[in-house]
Amino acid sequence: MDITVTVNGKTHDRLDDEDGPGESLLFLLRERLGLIGPKNACEQGECGSCAVWLDGVLVNSCLVLSAQADGCSVRTVEGLASDTAGPLETSGASRVPGTSGALHPVQQAFLDTGAVQCGFCTPGMVVTATDLLERLPRPSDAEVRREMAGNLCRCTGYQQIVEAVLLAAERMAGPASPEVGRP
Amino acid sequence: MQVLRPQSWHEALAARSELPGATPVAGGTDVMVAMKLRHFRPEVLLDLSRVSGSERYRIGPDSVHCGPRVCHTTVAERLHRQLPGLALAAGSVGSRQVRNRGTIGGNLGTASPAGDLHPMLLAAGADVELSSVRGSRWVPADGFYRDGGGTVLGADELITAVRVPLAAGPQRFQKIGRRQGLVKSLCSFALTLDRGQRRIRAAVGAYGAAPVRLLAAEQLIEESRVLYGAGTLPAALVAEFGRLAATATTPVEEGAEAGYRRRALAVLAARNLTQAWAMFLAEGHDGHHRDGQRQDP
Ligand SMILES: Cc1cc2nc3c(=O)[nH]c(=O)nc-3n(C[C@H](O)[C@H](O)[C@H](O)COP(=O)(O)OP(=O)(O)OC[C@H]3O[C@@H](n4cnc5c(N)ncnc54)[C@H](O)[C@@H]3O)c2cc1C
Ligand code: FES
Ligand code: FES
Repeated sequence: MDITVTVNGKTHDRLDDEDGPGESLLFLLRERLGLIGPKNACEQGECGSCAVWLDGVLVNSCLVLSAQADGCSVRTVEGLASDTAGPLETSGASRVPGTSGALHPVQQAFLDTGAVQCGFCTPGMVVTATDLLERLPRPSDAEVRREMAGNLCRCTGYQQIVEAVLLAAERMAGPASPEVGRP
Repeated sequence: MQVLRPQSWHEALAARSELPGATPVAGGTDVMVAMKLRHFRPEVLLDLSRVSGSERYRIGPDSVHCGPRVCHTTVAERLHRQLPGLALAAGSVGSRQVRNRGTIGGNLGTASPAGDLHPMLLAAGADVELSSVRGSRWVPADGFYRDGGGTVLGADELITAVRVPLAAGPQRFQKIGRRQGLVKSLCSFALTLDRGQRRIRAAVGAYGAAPVRLLAAEQLIEESRVLYGAGTLPAALVAEFGRLAATATTPVEEGAEAGYRRRALAVLAARNLTQAWAMFLAEGHDGHHRDGQRQDP
């Protein structure tokens, strides 16, 4: 079956799901399109390493049948950096090697708080955190932990990841008013 | 191997009747895992994700009519006022990513004894619409689950809607697992109070081979007539309610020992009854008013 998907704004058509009807969107992204940002870890929906947006909705791409993504638009971690090239020009953020874009504030915050160790969980963490901040610009510590419960990390112990999300929130939405009281 | 992609219920039901061996897929959160883990390789997948309108819901005067592809996030975040109990259950499913994708119809289709929506659908008095090319039938949740596990869904049928009555009083849902989130529940409990009718409905999931209504425990409370009063519930009554809840079915031994689960369920039932009753009293003002209106001929 031919599948057409738009990934990070670029349309790819006539992708054949050679692997058979069980092929996942994760497989399509990694093996056919060479987008290796979404990671293949558990393939059971448990770890969130493969998180992407499918028509704007956060999903684990290992749980999406590739045929179900036909005609849809997908945004992956690779699409984040150039997204915010504009606003970040002024904040002295890192450049993404080989692109004109600056890092997304969430990516920058992960670097600044040391939330990356082996890095395997990071793309899924960054995508999930960005989704969270788009819905809840000023999350509490507890909200971050609850919303990110579907993303597992075997290295960091999560503390720096939570700090990264809160830092990104502050940079994106401005500092919290004192009454709100941040941890 | 083949993926069929019907655009309407008409096409979907025709495909289902021609190929009863095809596996329906909605969100895929159960089907994709089965294909991966259990090397489940269906010859034909019946993708329901393009059936138009199947992801919509409609709020009516007495109930919410949900297409089977209404996802857990929608129930938890858009229907929490109308269906507070089901919203709690849906909000407790897996993770944000799983809730965005997993659907009511898929939860009913899998009918895992541990599925989180089941006890609440029972306690809320929901009905499930099963359709085939032969026609449609509404089955109450009570009659949907088979005692030994599985459901009454026919080989040529699809779940085409779920109708859930609007909450008529406090609703509670709670589950216990080894840790919070992303683990199978060791038991789950759902309870609804109907303010106008002075009725209680309760159900348990993730316990026996199938989710079940707790008829004896409900009867105990209704016969005591405490729901007509406005005082605290007698401690002995609450304890007996918990005991009846825990003995309504036998827990299937899976990991945690039966004794622990029995005790956990008794506590869960008693605690949630107490909390629901406190909510009932706190909202009492508005409720008494409504009761008066309802009794007017
Ligand atoms: C990591 C993870 C965590 C999870 N945590 C929970 C949890 O905490 N609680 C919980 O209850 N569940 C949990 N689940 C299970 C699953 O997400 C839910 O059962 C979900 O509701 C299934 O919906 P779906 O649309 O994805 O189903 P699908 O996988 O698409 O389908 C499930 C089954 O239902 C059938 N089906 C689907 N739609 C229909 C229809 N309209 N008519 C007839 N049959 C149909 C399919 O053929 C299949 O047998 C979890 C799953 C994962 C991967
Ligand atoms: S690889 Fe998809 S959730 Fe783990
Ligand atoms: S940094 Fe290694 S898994 Fe998270």
